[in-house]
Amino acid sequence: MSQVDIFSKHAAGSKGTERAPMPTQPPEERVKNFREVSLGYSPETARREASRCLQCRHRPCTKGCPVGIDIPGFVRLVAEGDFAGAAAVIRQDNTLPAVCGRVCPQEVQCESLCVLGRKGQPVAIGNLERFAADWERENREDAASKPVSVNGKKKGKVAVVGSGPAGLTAAAELNRLGYGVTIFEALHTPGGVLAYGIPEFRLPKDILAHEFKELERQGVELRTNVLIGSTLTVDDLFAQGFQAVFLGTGAGLPNLLGIPGEDLNGVYTANEFLTRVNLMKAYLYPQVDTPLYLGKRVVVIGGGNTAMDAARTAVRLGSEVMVVYRRSRENLPARREEVLHAEEEGVEFRFLASPIAIRGDEQGWVEAIQCVNMELGEPTENGRQGVKPIAGSEHWLPADSVIVAIGQGPNPIISRTTPGLETGLHGVLKVAPETFMTTREGVFAAGDIITGGATVIKAMGGGKKAAQAIDRYLRHKNSRLIGQSIGEV
Amino acid sequence: MFKILEKEAVAHNVWKYVIAASDVAKKAQPGQFVVLRLHEQGERIPISISDWDRDAGTITLIVQAVGHTTQQLAEMNAGDHILDLLGPLGKPAVIEQVGTVACIAGGVGTAIIYPEARRHQEVGNRVLTLIGARSRDHLFYQEELAAISERVLVATDDGSYGYKGFVTDLLRQLIDDGIHLDQVIAVGPIPMMQAVAELTKRHDIKTIVSLNPIMVDGTGMCGACRVRVGDEVKFCCIDGPEFDAHQVDFSSLLRRSQLYERSGTSCNSTENMGEGCDGQCHK
Ligand SMILES: Cc1cc2nc3c(=O)[nH]c(=O)nc-3n(C[C@H](O)[C@H](O)[C@H](O)COP(=O)(O)OP(=O)(O)OC[C@H]3O[C@@H](n4cnc5c(N)ncnc54)[C@H](O)[C@@H]3O)c2cc1C
Ligand SMILES: Cc1cc2nc3c(=O)[nH]c(=O)nc-3n(C[C@H](O)[C@H](O)[C@H](O)COP(=O)(O)OP(=O)(O)OC[C@H]3O[C@@H](n4cnc5c(N)ncnc54)[C@H](O)[C@@H]3O)c2cc1C
Ligand code: FES
Repeated sequence: MSQVDIFSKHAAGSKGTERAPMPTQPPEERVKNFREVSLGYSPETARREASRCLQCRHRPCTKGCPVGIDIPGFVRLVAEGDFAGAAAVIRQDNTLPAVCGRVCPQEVQCESLCVLGRKGQPVAIGNLERFAADWERENREDAASKPVSVNGKKKGKVAVVGSGPAGLTAAAELNRLGYGVTIFEALHTPGGVLAYGIPEFRLPKDILAHEFKELERQGVELRTNVLIGSTLTVDDLFAQGFQAVFLGTGAGLPNLLGIPGEDLNGVYTANEFLTRVNLMKAYLYPQVDTPLYLGKRVVVIGGGNTAMDAARTAVRLGSEVMVVYRRSRENLPARREEVLHAEEEGVEFRFLASPIAIRGDEQGWVEAIQCVNMELGEPTENGRQGVKPIAGSEHWLPADSVIVAIGQGPNPIISRTTPGLETGLHGVLKVAPETFMTTREGVFAAGDIITGGATVIKAMGGGKKAAQAIDRYLRHKNSRLIGQSIGEV
Repeated sequence: MFKILEKEAVAHNVWKYVIAASDVAKKAQPGQFVVLRLHEQGERIPISISDWDRDAGTITLIVQAVGHTTQQLAEMNAGDHILDLLGPLGKPAVIEQVGTVACIAGGVGTAIIYPEARRHQEVGNRVLTLIGARSRDHLFYQEELAAISERVLVATDDGSYGYKGFVTDLLRQLIDDGIHLDQVIAVGPIPMMQAVAELTKRHDIKTIVSLNPIMVDGTGMCGACRVRVGDEVKFCCIDGPEFDAHQVDFSSLLRRSQLYERSGTSCNSTENMGEGCDGQCHK
């Protein structure tokens, strides 16, 4: 079959064919292990799925991609069997395709705009992105790496604070632009939420380790165990010769419910729970030293990805899990796939209910959680549906552990210790819209630290744009400096 | 990797480690701590920075072997490496010239109080140090504390050294003797700090305690270290570890510190943490 055949509207292999489902571990099996749930397409399935793409001339899907990947371009190459080529196309705009293919909310981004989705099912763009990235990693170890410009003198030194998607992307971009880059990370393992928050069964940590190895191979220096604002301040970084500082410190500070009983034993923030399991590998206790005590009946509060991750992790640790969410199913902010997977794995959902108190036994351990039913009201100014409690509907649910997954805010350490950094609503750093520069000259920021908790791809998009803004800033500054010194002569 | 340069036994089951960590040494202030992880399978545990040498790039930690990780550390020696070490963490202690300050330590709390007592002396305060320990074998830093304190009073559970009884008895004695205290700092087992807080509240003496809840990251990310202070929930690792003793909800703190006893880790720290601890927290 020639290419033309594949992509002519008639052949639009498309019409009749169904979207290829992502093969997964069966639910009854996967709840007993931490291995990845989704198994990935085979090359044949990937080609078949890719050939459903209509190659629309107006490319609607690309408008849904926060980093503007040439989606029809890479999908076409997958269909043709040029997987390396497909991966290269993606890499032009996305440094972490293996991650994004797994964790992006495609159903509200690219796939929501796919023409096929109007009548049937959209092309599985995320699955194909994942396929191309995995194929590249498994088959062409060095594909992603460009030769390191050893002879090329570095344009200058930039410090990147935080190794989450924002920092990682900024570092890769700055390195590509010819700067010497050092990443400073507070934790002992890099990756931000990708390392400590998103579980192994959704994002294998090998993939992350591979990305960091690759980055280091390209010359980026990575320093873990450094808390900027404490071990070194932003001023210290400038004093050490960094000409610009990028802050990608995320929104890691967990919100609490503020209800009675939240300090009882057995009440965790999702961050603590997930950190113990993902970063510290508490599920392997006692082979590892970090313990985790989780009761038989676990109630998770919240409806986002964090809540789904906590619920599904608790299932794997052997608990019966109920997710309590104050809005309705349609309002769940989590990725659709995570909700489906959670349901398949036996997680129970209780919608339109909100916790108001937690009760403990004599020893101070959680025993039950009190909720009140909610009803949907008028949409609020941010477009989400408002909710209000229904008087008299208070009721107790038995619970041995409660996991609070109601969002995170920015960590205050850097803003507390850096003179001149202004923060806005909820403590996010203020930046200028085009330049990503904070209120402190030479200090830039992107990712969750400027938006509040958002998505991996948005953090990456921000990190990349900020890196380009840093390049503009430094080129301008350096040319001014050169100008000045010439003037002085 | 952070190299252990020296290791020395300073008391029964308590070791002093001098560790190469130049960035931490440059910034350390009294009241701050580090979080360390010994090896790939290790747990992250918080330990106070007891001393530092900015020029040599070293920090001193005093660690009591109470459980899994601290016992593994007790088996390590000079020349060995600690895989991860993050710090300095927490807010530095606020130390101003106030007059007379009583520094009260229980057990390994002595390691934490030492740099603070020293700074109090440096800023011109009159320092009275009160130490509680289980027995003579559990005492350390006697000379160091004597050098900077006007008086060092010791209480042991068994009377093998100093007064036989609780360190809070010594504090009550001072107050009854009419010695005016402008500030009290207490570091040690939770029941001891609580007893001190109750006593000083009655006498209206400003009191600071250094809390030691369970921690994971030490950077404000997990909320494991949350404590109730007044009407607020504070994260000990970034808002503390020092708080106004009269505002701290000790019963909640005590309860939360026992969290992992259910999951099979056990504690023998009552024995070693010094008196004031009635053993309730570690049943
Ligand atoms: C459990 C969970 C699941 C999620 N699932 C999804 C998903 O499926 N899809 C999706 O798109 N999004 C998801 N998100 C959201 C997404 O992970 C975040 O929006 C994204 O990680 C933000 O990236 P970032 O680089 O801004 O910050 P982060 O990923 O938070 O990284 C910040 C890094 O900076 C470090 N740091 C902080 N302060 C300092 C300091 N002072 N010095 C040095 N280092 C510092 C932190 O330790 C951390 O490693 C999820 C979030 C959570 C919590
Ligand atoms: C800010 C801070 C500063 C500290 N400074 C020092 C110090 O300078 N020297 C020192 O020896 N210890 C210090 N500690 C206590 C030290 O962190 C614990 O002893 C250690 O975490 C126990 O770990 P483990 O694996 O040996 O014990 P585990 O096997 O985990 O537990 C043994 C027992 O200790 C209890 N425990 C666990 N964590 C803590 C904790 N954070 N505080 C008190 N008891 C705990 C457990 O409940 C258990 O009963 C400090 C703690 C904090 C929070
Ligand atoms: S130890 Fe995690 S927030 Fe304090």
